[in-house]
Formats: sequence, structure tokens, C-alpha cells
Amino acid sequence: MTIQEFPMARAAGCPFDPPPALHELQREAPLTRVRLANGTTPWLVTRYAEQRALLSDPRISADVRHPGFPAGASVDRHRVSIGFVLMDDPEHSRLRRTVTAPFAVKRVEAMRPLVQSIVDGLIDEMLDGPRPVDLVQAFALPVPSLVICELLGVPYTDHDFFQDNSKHLVNRNASPAERREAFQIFNAYLDDLIGAKTAAPTDDLLSQLAARIEAGELARAEAAGIATLLLIAGHETTANMIALGTLALLENPDQLTLLRETDDPKLIAGAVNELLRYLNIPHGGRRRVALADIEIAGELIRAGEGIIMANDIGNRDPSVFTDPDTLDLTRDARGHLAFGFGAHQCLGQPLARMELQVVYGTLYRRIPSLRLATSIDRIPFKHDGSVYGVYELPVTW
Amino acid sequence: MKIQLDQEKCVVSGQCLLAAPEVFDQRDEDGIAFLLTESPGADTVAEVRHAAAVCPVLAITLED
Repeated sequence: MTIQEFPMARAAGCPFDPPPALHELQREAPLTRVRLANGTTPWLVTRYAEQRALLSDPRISADVRHPGFPAGASVDRHRVSIGFVLMDDPEHSRLRRTVTAPFAVKRVEAMRPLVQSIVDGLIDEMLDGPRPVDLVQAFALPVPSLVICELLGVPYTDHDFFQDNSKHLVNRNASPAERREAFQIFNAYLDDLIGAKTAAPTDDLLSQLAARIEAGELARAEAAGIATLLLIAGHETTANMIALGTLALLENPDQLTLLRETDDPKLIAGAVNELLRYLNIPHGGRRRVALADIEIAGELIRAGEGIIMANDIGNRDPSVFTDPDTLDLTRDARGHLAFGFGAHQCLGQPLARMELQVVYGTLYRRIPSLRLATSIDRIPFKHDGSVYGVYELPVTW
Repeated sequence: MKIQLDQEKCVVSGQCLLAAPEVFDQRDEDGIAFLLTESPGADTVAEVRHAAAVCPVLAITLED
């Protein structure tokens, strides 16, 4: 049997569905070998149960420096330096636990009125501005950017700088060097701000990191790295869910109607989970390396071999989700793997869920005639990015 | 039913609290989950089973 190349291409006209080749591999077996651009042949895990089992298995590592790690174009090597995403326990846990408090469910709920006012303010600006408008620039990117400013404690006078520099990070015309520069500007900015918060603490995450530096629990560079990581991880991901989710809803008008005509928080929370399941924007897969021999589903993964969990196809596993290729906002999608699984499951997920609940629960009610200002085949999709989405979404009303 | 929660494993996903808020809560200082009761009532068994299933680090174990 020939080994297929990974990643694979999506089918033309099916921008919300995983590549057809992934469906075929899933039908054939829970895991199989694939070939990456660098010639290596890691395991690709396509079924839900095996993805969950491996992601929660302490015998796998997220350390990108391991020689067997299945790095691809979608793994940014510069992220190696920025904290705990690509580390293993106990170091991962030590650093992660320094910033978990603001992501507790009740703390996130306390931020809901603030997020609501950010979302309402941006919608007011859109309604007062010209039509059509690019929803990505006018709404999808500013929402998470402003929320992260509030979470970290970025002074209001720096919000414009913060949003401008954020745009360089996600600009598709930027070279890798330009993106790295934007990243380093943020790292230096946050490092300075942590210094300022040490001298004059306020009630925010950067002040908490500053206090940990004072207590000798964190090095300053570690703290700046963590702050930068939170910024990067929470920014483009949420923005892509807002814009791509809106497009998916516009293409499924019966589902959009459900959302537009409800104020039931349970239905809205369920809709967020279903859109996360259906779109699964981290489409490069969760990548790991085996630290020991692991027997699973009749196969032997040997120590040192790379493993890629393709959660996009795992979330379409028909043994877990009935009629998985249908967007159904009323289904119970809580078990989806869009935030990953295991010790590295997304730290920001309670905040992301709440932001998306506010966005999906507000945008279509306030602009009920929202529609595409172009045809869907002219929308530029992020096929090349590590996180799937749209580069632009021209809308009108 | 008796519940055990391994706080060493907890990664503050909040999934347990969302699934069964009568049974799970999170510490103020770091968000680590804790039990409000070790022996939940019959009316919350389904929610607790769901909480155990969605915990990303399998920190919740149930004894019947």
C-alpha cells in the first residue's frame, strides 16, 4: 500500500469538510502511516477513540525538540522558545498553573459583560460605517484582541498599537521574518509591561505574573514568554472561529435562523460546541512523539516515532457523532476534540467558549439581514495556515 | 456512586464544572477543580458520568 502525503487537500466546493482522503483513511483503520514534506512517515490517527486515548497517554511527548517529533510546515519553530505548549510535565504543569486562575469558569463568566460591551461597540461601529465591510478586519480580529488586552491588563492607550501589531502577526502577505518581528515586538512590549506592573500592580494577569517573579517562582523571561503565548494562542484562533463560523452559518440558513431567533443560553452554548466540532480549525493535527512502545488498535507505535492526531476527522467519526458531516446546532457536541485532549488541552477554552457565545448570540440578532457581499467561491480560505479560516469575509446587510 | 478527583492531574479545563456544577467547583487561587460532594445524588449521576468522560486528563474516577 502506498503511503499518502500529509497534509491533504480539501475537496473543491467543500470548504468546511476535512479532506476526502482523511475520510477514506478513517474508514480503513484507526491509524496509518503518512508521509510529511520532510520525508518522514509518522502515524496519522483518524478515529476519535484512539485520538483521545493517545492524547491522554503519559507515554507521548509534545516536545518539539525530540528528534522523532513530526514537525511540519504548520509547526512554527520559533514557538519553541515561548513556553509550555511544547513542553512535557512536570515543567509544562509548573508553568501552566501560574496562569490558570483567570481561566476558571466563574472568573471567565465575570468577564462576560465586558465582552458583551466590546462586541456591541464593534457592531455599532460596523452599522455606522460603509457597506460592504470585511468582517475579519472590522469584527473578528478586534474582538479577541480587545479581550486579551483586558485579560492581560494592557493600558487603554496602547490598544491601537496592540491591534496594529496583531494584524502583522496574521497578515498573509507578511514574510516569516516580518511575522517573527511582530512576535518579538509583542514579547518585548509584554516584558516591559510586566516590569511596569511589578512597580505598580493592577488587577490583571500581567500583575499576577509580576508577583510570581517577585516571589521567585518565575523568571522574567518565562513570564514574558507565557504572556506572549497567551496572546498568540487566543488571537487568530478565536478570530477564525468568528469569521469561518459566520460563513458556515450563512451557508446553513436554517441553522442561522435557530441562532438568530433564540436567547436561550443553553442553545447558544450548544451551538458554540457544534461549530467548534464541525469546523475544528487547528487542521494541521495535534503532533506528538512516542516516548515508549505503545500498542493500540492492533498496531505497535515504537518509541521515538511521530504521531499526528487529525482532530478534524476525529470530530467527524460516525461512531461518535451521528450524521457527522451535518452542522446541527441542537446536537450534543460537548465531547468534541477541537481544543485537543490530554494535559495540553487548550488553556483558554472557557474564555474562547464565552467569547463565541457572546459573538454568535449577538451578531446575527443585531444584524439580522447579514449576508455575504460576494460569492463563496471568491472567499480566500486559509488552506496554508496552521489554523484554518478565511483571510477576508466581505459582508453587507 | 463515589467520586475520586486527582487534583495533581487537573489542567483547569473547567469541563467538570460545566457538566455537573452541583458536584464540582474550582479553587479561586488557581482554578484547580475540587469536589463539593464525594457521593452525589441519583439525580446528578448522568452529569457526573459526562464530567468524567470529558475530563481531558481522566482525573475523575467513579465507583458504583
